[in-house]
Amino acid sequence: MPIRCEIVSQDRMVFEGDVDIVTLPGSAGEMGILPHHAPLLTTLKYGVIKVRTKDKEEIFTVAGGVAEIQPDIVTVLADAAENIREIDLDRAETARKRAREILEKGVPADTDTYLAVEAALRRSNLRLDAVRRYRKVSSRPYEEKK
Amino acid sequence: MASTREMRLRIRSVKNISQVTRALEAVSASKVRRAVKAVMDTRPYATKAWQVLTHVAAQPGRSQLHPLLTERTDIKNALAVVITGDRGLAGAYNSNVIRFIAQSFDNYRVPVKYIAIGRKGRDLLFRRRKQVIADFSNLPPAPSFADVSAIGRLAVDSFLDGEVDEVFLVYTNFYTIARQTVELQKLLPLELETEHEHVVVDQTRKTHAAYIYEPDEREILDEIIPRFTALQVYQAILESLASEHAARMVAMRNATDNARELVGALQLAYNKVRQQAITNDILDIVGGAEALAQ
Repeated sequence: MPIRCEIVSQDRMVFEGDVDIVTLPGSAGEMGILPHHAPLLTTLKYGVIKVRTKDKEEIFTVAGGVAEIQPDIVTVLADAAENIREIDLDRAETARKRAREILEKGVPADTDTYLAVEAALRRSNLRLDAVRRYRKVSSRPYEEKK
Repeated sequence: MASTREMRLRIRSVKNISQVTRALEAVSASKVRRAVKAVMDTRPYATKAWQVLTHVAAQPGRSQLHPLLTERTDIKNALAVVITGDRGLAGAYNSNVIRFIAQSFDNYRVPVKYIAIGRKGRDLLFRRRKQVIADFSNLPPAPSFADVSAIGRLAVDSFLDGEVDEVFLVYTNFYTIARQTVELQKLLPLELETEHEHVVVDQTRKTHAAYIYEPDEREILDEIIPRFTALQVYQAILESLASEHAARMVAMRNATDNARELVGALQLAYNKVRQQAITNDILDIVGGAEALAQ
């Protein structure tokens, strides 16, 4: 019996479907959710969500958020989330470079800019890591750019 | 009857007005499209967040769970967050909200304070001598969550300080271009029996088993409850914005149509007057010529 999984980010529905297992980066550690799991509410860390059905696996990056687990449904309210197939490697790479440069120039800590740039850096790192690690096993083959 | 000169001027001014209203209609039409997209994009998240909140509120012993979920027995003050537009010329959009306020709160059991979002609403509340404790006017045309999260925080803080014991949200829900309705939502303390339009709480899914919380109950509820409350305010603002643009578009289209009708009627009257004048002139000439011939 499958479990329903819904991943929404603030600006759109990222994923919706019946799956066999969901793996989440919970704040207390990685957790795999199977159907009939006990009700659970957890915050999420930066990391990847893996959603597996019999014949395929989808992988998403998630930049924090909250997950609610009920016996028949997993609801992920992500601050930001995307399927790794949607990630543009070049863009993530430039974003990372830009964020690093700004940080190296020295921005006063605890200001809004500092926090924003740091968050941007963490996000692009997350994207790059996720793509490098998982893209090959994703359901649609990834073609290496020359 | 008015002189032909006056009538010509009148026709020209009506035509000019109709040009302005047509331009405003076109502007609103493009704005409404963008605003509706923003609403639709954030609806799934807001809906899910509200669902999670109601599930949390349905937990056994909810009153001890979190102060924001606790129904107070002694209610002394209420707070209403009122969302209107910054500009007029939107048909009955702004006045509908204020009329709704008057109906709901003028004879309310406790004094009501207001947080005004939008200049028009603020002015109308002032005129009715309501107690406005905060005013958020001139929001950016397409606000982000960060732009408006302060409003939700203010509402949450006033509630936690004990300054108010109930918080309501009054906004205009967007259904279609032709239909928007003013709606009231109880924001705090969180109510289970919600009539929130796009949330259907699935009865079969109502579990009474207590949640497992990670990291721990206090920490997670402290984080998500104020945040999701602010999110409801954000969603309401987006709904209201879409409604405002839609209302303005419809109002302007009506104005343009009315102007066209008016120009038609004026043109007809003008032609009659002009024809009458020509007829009179001819009669004068003919009369003069006949008098000369005799």
